[in-house]
Amino acid sequence: MPRTVTPGLTPAAPSRTSIAMVQSQSPGPTVRFEAVTKRYPGGTVAVDQVSVEIAGGSFVALVGSSGSGKSTLLKMINRLIEPSEGCTRIAGADVSAEPAPMLRRKIGYVFQNIGLFPHMTVAENIAIGLRLAGGDGQDADRVGELLDLVDLPRAVATRLPDALSGGQRQRVGVARALATAPGLMLMDEPFGALDPVTRDQLGHAIRALHDRLGLTTIMVTHDMAEALILADRVLVMDKGRIVADEAPRALLGGAGGAVAQALVAVPRDQARRMRDLAGEST
Amino acid sequence: MTGPFFEAMTRVPDLLAAHLLLSAAALTLGLVISLPLSIWSARSPGVARWTLGVASLVQTIPSLALLALFYPLLLFLSGLVGGGIPALGFLPSLLALSLYAVLPILRNGVTGLAGIDPAVIEAADGVGMTSWQKLRLVEAPLVAPVLMAGIRTAAVWTIGAATLSTTVGQPSLGDMIFAGLQTQNWALVLAGCFSAAALALAVDALLGLIERSIARRRRGVALGAGGVLIAGVLLALAPLWPTGGSVITIGAKNFSEQYILARLIGDRLEQAGYTVRYRDGLGSAVIYGAVSSGAIDIYVDYAGTIWTNEMKRRDIPKRAAMVSAIGAWSAQTSGVKVLGSLGFENAYAFAMRGDAARKLGVASLDDLVRAAPGLKFGSDLEFLERPEWAAIQRAYPIRFDSARAYNPTFMYRALESGQADVISAFSSDGRIAAQHLTVLSDPRGAIPGYDAIVLVGKAHARDAKFLAAVQPLIGRVSVEAMRAANYRVDRDDAKDSPEAAARWLGRRIGVVR
Repeated sequence: MPRTVTPGLTPAAPSRTSIAMVQSQSPGPTVRFEAVTKRYPGGTVAVDQVSVEIAGGSFVALVGSSGSGKSTLLKMINRLIEPSEGCTRIAGADVSAEPAPMLRRKIGYVFQNIGLFPHMTVAENIAIGLRLAGGDGQDADRVGELLDLVDLPRAVATRLPDALSGGQRQRVGVARALATAPGLMLMDEPFGALDPVTRDQLGHAIRALHDRLGLTTIMVTHDMAEALILADRVLVMDKGRIVADEAPRALLGGAGGAVAQALVAVPRDQARRMRDLAGEST
Repeated sequence: MTGPFFEAMTRVPDLLAAHLLLSAAALTLGLVISLPLSIWSARSPGVARWTLGVASLVQTIPSLALLALFYPLLLFLSGLVGGGIPALGFLPSLLALSLYAVLPILRNGVTGLAGIDPAVIEAADGVGMTSWQKLRLVEAPLVAPVLMAGIRTAAVWTIGAATLSTTVGQPSLGDMIFAGLQTQNWALVLAGCFSAAALALAVDALLGLIERSIARRRRGVALGAGGVLIAGVLLALAPLWPTGGSVITIGAKNFSEQYILARLIGDRLEQAGYTVRYRDGLGSAVIYGAVSSGAIDIYVDYAGTIWTNEMKRRDIPKRAAMVSAIGAWSAQTSGVKVLGSLGFENAYAFAMRGDAARKLGVASLDDLVRAAPGLKFGSDLEFLERPEWAAIQRAYPIRFDSARAYNPTFMYRALESGQADVISAFSSDGRIAAQHLTVLSDPRGAIPGYDAIVLVGKAHARDAKFLAAVQPLIGRVSVEAMRAANYRVDRDDAKDSPEAAARWLGRRIGVVR
């Protein structure tokens, strides 16, 4: 699998000490769903009896069409959505055992609409998790390291989010999620609103960070190509259930069943047509 | 500079302070009510429907009516808890104005909170903010500019509507506007309007500065402007700081004679060493309540008014018997002392233009019964609702062609210009002689006596020094002297202020050298 890493995000960029500070103490935790169900009033079942375990340190993509339940499943990890039945465990502990805000401070969360606080500077946005944890505002060094980590110049620290491009904003969103050194990273269509070039760059950057920091990363996407390129393992969802659970190479090899193969067919078709076009032109 | 406008401006500082305090208190209470309601409403659409609905409904009630409604409401509540809740003055004004301030703040608060990008809220939840942290760190700063716009609107409304608090006995810049309107002292009206408008503009400008500083993240400027506002309120509080001397509040209804007599009494008390303030423009229906509750210390009322309105009596005894019966009743029911009659009567009297009365052959109320179906009646604002009118109608079946209520001053104009043929005049009014009016006689004795009597609140009912200061006025004011003094204020040219007319009257009756 080709994995080109943007120059600024090679492990050589930040200093050794900053990596040590950013890096979580141990490899990311295991996440386990036990018969998790989300039912809405009116009878809609968004997630239907899902049981699956995600190994610590792995990069898992949740793929499916709109309404397949993938975002709902993801948000039941950090309890932005509470399950109707079943239980979610992180490193063996039930997520409902502690207040939701306390739980969420230990989990990085990045989503499509980014949600930077428009009245705070980039530095204040990135340091918000430290502030909630009782930081005293002496976070300038830490913010600088995080900006290095997501390949943004340190000079943007004093700017307001309005002054940044879409790609820069999502990099700030990632830095904010990483500030408290969480072992688990949840990403809900993190690149959905970005142009294709930025999307590609940021995708590789995220994968590089995942590898370097030893995170457990769960990423929701509707783009099978993105999932195949970035993830170690792809879970395909349909109508609230997991219908395929395969490694990218196995999916490309035809495994996973009809729904998964229909999703894989799209990028494969596109790739073939582009190859044909290239062949015609030469 | 000594023009009438600048003379009028000398009354501004005290009233401006009272006005600012009332407005600031009402706005603060409005904020205390509307901020939690905004948050609650923004979290629940069902609650929002109710809060915004009720707030909008309150806004449709005219502010004057809202103020007036609090008087009976507080009276009722006071009765429930066994007394002690003041139904006049600061409290009803504060409550009515606060209710008025709620809507703009609530509406902007709810709109502002609903307008926050849902992604920002999701991010706040995602990073692990508690509900309170989300409010403090994210929602409050983001909603602040919109909310400030609502607070500005509320501040301007409150300062404008506070002029109406005069009618429930709370001093404000409205005192000057109402008194000026009654005595046609336009300089006083202008000075009152000008001051109220200037206050509203200044507060709006300061709040606007705070709003812009918040939006531009300039905390220093916002704090500075807020500091100026708070300093203004503290300055306005200065007159309330203990001064050592006791302050006497003299009440007056809303016409010239009352303003003059209040000043006449005030001058006597000031000579005796008291500090005096005036509460002008109180309605007939509330002023007795004000003296019995202690909101005012002394005022002049008319025997028949107390007899019919407060004591609910329908029989009509001799004048002297009525005054002593009122004294006994008020002392027993509320501790209010009737010091005595000033010496003149200000009775309701039906008056017509002299020439018209002669032409129609009307000289008494009996004659009026016959002529009334072809005549237009002009009354003051209260008369048609008063028990006296009901008593007169029981004795004389008068049916006018039409009836219309006027300000006392405009009532005489209406009679002069022919818009009214008969008016409910006052027997001590200087304009009766000046306009050559015919006063109709009352052969059946249906109109009670209206001796002007001095009423002293419980606090000073046994205060010998206080009573001695006012006592020389008892029995000294003849109806001719009163008419002449009234005319000095009511005439169209070379008008006197009530203060000047009071000094003139004091010299005329020999109590002032």
